[in-house]
Amino acid sequence: MPRVLNFFGGFNLTLRHIARPAVTVSYPQAKRPKQPRQHGRHVLNRYEDGMEKCIGCELCAGVCPADCIYVRGLDNPPDHPVSPGERYGYVYEINYLRCIHCDLCVEACPTQAITESKMFEFSFTNRSDAIYTKKELVVDDAGFPQRLPWEDWREGEAAMTGGWMRATSPAGDARYEGEIQWTADLGAGLRAAEGGQSENRNDEATGSKLLRRAFAKHILPEDMPLDMVGLRGKINELKAKRPSKKKVVKK
Amino acid sequence: MNWLASVDPLYAHGTTGVVILIAVIKLVVGFASIMGAVTLMIWFERKAISKMQSRIGPQRWGPFGLLQTLADGIKLFFKEDLIPAEADRFVFKLAPYLSLVPALITFSIVPVGGTLHIAGHAVQLQIANPPMGILVMLAMSGISVYGVMLAGWASGSKYPLISSVRASAQMISYEAALGMTIVTIILATGSLSTHDIVTSQAHGVWHWNLIRLGIVPFVVFLIAITAELNRPPFDVVEAETELVGGFNTEYSSIRFALFYLAEFMNTITMSAILVTLFFGGPAGYVPPVPHFAWVFPIIWFLGKTVAFAFAYIWFRAALPRFRYDQLMDLGWKRLIPLSLGWMLIVAGFLVNRWWGISMIVTVVIGWFVLTRAYALGADRTTGAESVLPEVGRRPTPSRLYRQRTSKGEK
Repeated sequence: MPRVLNFFGGFNLTLRHIARPAVTVSYPQAKRPKQPRQHGRHVLNRYEDGMEKCIGCELCAGVCPADCIYVRGLDNPPDHPVSPGERYGYVYEINYLRCIHCDLCVEACPTQAITESKMFEFSFTNRSDAIYTKKELVVDDAGFPQRLPWEDWREGEAAMTGGWMRATSPAGDARYEGEIQWTADLGAGLRAAEGGQSENRNDEATGSKLLRRAFAKHILPEDMPLDMVGLRGKINELKAKRPSKKKVVKK
Repeated sequence: MNWLASVDPLYAHGTTGVVILIAVIKLVVGFASIMGAVTLMIWFERKAISKMQSRIGPQRWGPFGLLQTLADGIKLFFKEDLIPAEADRFVFKLAPYLSLVPALITFSIVPVGGTLHIAGHAVQLQIANPPMGILVMLAMSGISVYGVMLAGWASGSKYPLISSVRASAQMISYEAALGMTIVTIILATGSLSTHDIVTSQAHGVWHWNLIRLGIVPFVVFLIAITAELNRPPFDVVEAETELVGGFNTEYSSIRFALFYLAEFMNTITMSAILVTLFFGGPAGYVPPVPHFAWVFPIIWFLGKTVAFAFAYIWFRAALPRFRYDQLMDLGWKRLIPLSLGWMLIVAGFLVNRWWGISMIVTVVIGWFVLTRAYALGADRTTGAESVLPEVGRRPTPSRLYRQRTSKGEK
């Protein structure tokens, strides 16, 4: 293209964008899949026997840059202990008007008692409701985050909402490829390892398949999942549009 | 009555009740359609630009969000109407109308279609066909400068004032280039009336002023009219990064809505004027359909106007905003000499070939002289540097003076 015509490059670009699909999602109707490491509302985890992991050490409150965590530890009652250690988190409060979801509390926690789910629907009409207590934060008996009535839980969201990875973990290191670096969740179990530098990644298992599918029109060709590329991608697309009769019978 | 008949064939058989009725109907239909067109234009702009930016745009009210403008209008209508304490209350209230009414009046001279015959009366499909024709448009764009300028001044606030000063300077400087291209068209047509300008282009694409006058007047007109409308990339008047909201920062409620309305009405009107002047207005292929042949010129006109309305939206999506000095450079150093030179050439060729060639020579010489002048002027120092020497070369206080002052301090 001659240099003079470069002026019209902007016109060309904007015109071509008309044909491209919108990035915006009409949120309440449609929900975009979440990033595998998204930082959302906290949960307080428990062991398999129902004991709370929190030992009331207040390290999370100490490290919090936004000063939003308030913890009070208390000695475990000898006859019915709440946590396996000496002390337990008697009061645990997080003020979500202050929390910046940096996950430093998760990094600091020695027992992995506090992790973050991917739920982002916070809804409160006054300041005191913004402070979540143990009542809201502790996971349920199955080990999943509580389904708070104002949160928008949809199909498939519970499976991939738990599990966390240290921000300092060498995930980009090729040697760590295929090694699971997520923590195990009581409810969701252990998630598959993230893809590393090579092309071998299991998007289905790591929960990023939906995400790649949603961004397929906007990501680079080399980042496209393999089952969406070429003829196989076309076939899969058609399959997704028309569910086969067998599936209908099974339901 | 004779004078009226010379203006508009509608009055050829005298001003009867039917004639007045037809005139009133024309007025009402014209007003209603321009108002409807403005709401559609606002929707179109928002939808098209969001498409260009990979967004969705208005979608909640009505099919495809078509009623979004109406919803916005209702919302603005019921909002609190604030007048700043420092404002000049009368001028503050007057200014929105000074920018809305010219936009409405300008549209009245645009020929929308051909000539209809209703009950023995020849009805031109344009609201008015005054003999001064296109000069009405120039006059009205002159008045709409007052709307912007007085709005900024009467707000009693700093940013609107800066914005209005910019606006008036910009609109006045681009009006010169605008007027010069219009003069070129008037010379070629031999008439001021928009109806005559359109009929002179009616005999096919090669008679359109776009091609007949060369592409240059069209390009100059398009740029000048975009600047005249204060639309991007010439919207230094509303540069949000520099001036909060521009001249209408202090406006709220229905007065703000009026400015908004006027802006988009101007966009439509100027697209229509552009089509009238350069693209033959309603001219185009009319298939031989009995009774409904009059519809096709209207469709041609609408199609061309929508194309230019889209072009303005496209400009907004594609081009970054001009800096203020670049804007003035483009207006004064490029467009005005260009339109003036082209007018001379066209005028020369209208007389005879030799005048035309001599005019080309004159313009080329003038162009070289101007280029040389700009090159000479580019090196000169302006601003503070032209008065103060550079920092290293400034006279420093003498040693004696320094010793005295330092002693005094101790």
